[in-house]
Amino acid sequence: MKAHLSRRYLFSASHRLHSAAMSEEENQSTYGKCNNPYGHGHNYIVEVTVSGPVDEKTGMVCNLIDLDGFMEREVLSRYGHENLNTMEEFAKEVPTTENLCIQIYEIVHRGFRFAHLERVRLEETMMNSFEYAGESLLLR
Amino acid sequence: MVYLTRKAEFSASHYYHNPAFTPEENRRVFGKCNNHNGHGHNYTLEVTVKGEVDPRSGFVVDLKQLKEVMHREVLEAMDHRFLNKEVPEFLHQIPTTENLAIAIWQRLVSKLEHAKLHRVRVYETPDLFVDYYGEA
Repeated sequence: MKAHLSRRYLFSASHRLHSAAMSEEENQSTYGKCNNPYGHGHNYIVEVTVSGPVDEKTGMVCNLIDLDGFMEREVLSRYGHENLNTMEEFAKEVPTTENLCIQIYEIVHRGFRFAHLERVRLEETMMNSFEYAGESLLLR
Repeated sequence: MVYLTRKAEFSASHYYHNPAFTPEENRRVFGKCNNHNGHGHNYTLEVTVKGEVDPRSGFVVDLKQLKEVMHREVLEAMDHRFLNKEVPEFLHQIPTTENLAIAIWQRLVSKLEHAKLHRVRVYETPDLFVDYYGEA
């Protein structure tokens, strides 16, 4: 039987929203306070949903030891307490939470082998969250 | 189609153990969850049903009936219980959150009138939850 398992993780990072393709005025009017040259930070919550058949031997979609280990190694230690603007993936891309959500999806999609990745949901604050499921539609 | 979700909470204990595994294998696969004395969680259950809105009542489902079914089929059986020892599904099956979501779906699916069961979501902790949509 196929089930979906979701796990939430916290990391803190800083960023500044600024696009090289825009003028100073345009950046200011588009990003407002988020354009502050010194940057600002968030406590991000990343919610990863994986799916697969429930293994009869373990009763699990995948072992949390594997998922937690992967997320710690590949995502939390990569982004935790970093300035996102200094990272190579954001050298040419604005580190909005949309783009960060896509980056995290790609990391998990590429590297996690123990279950199928359904989607990544990223909360920037308690009020804002973003979801990405690759090219497939979010049906649920 | 409108979706309606009802929440409930229950507290229960469990442990993970597969008799086909060696003791070492059980400890390696299940870690701290293998402690045979059990440990507990405050589970949150979310049951989502779907259906068309009845033009007479304006309801997708009679919430009172849904609440009663959830109480009778799930909470009475599982709240303040040791899942491995007191809930029939888990006498021979590991009470993981995945299996719990499936067992709750199976307990509810035939008991609901009018509305169709869409999803059972079980939170073991606020940071870990399983969704089951009745898929084989």
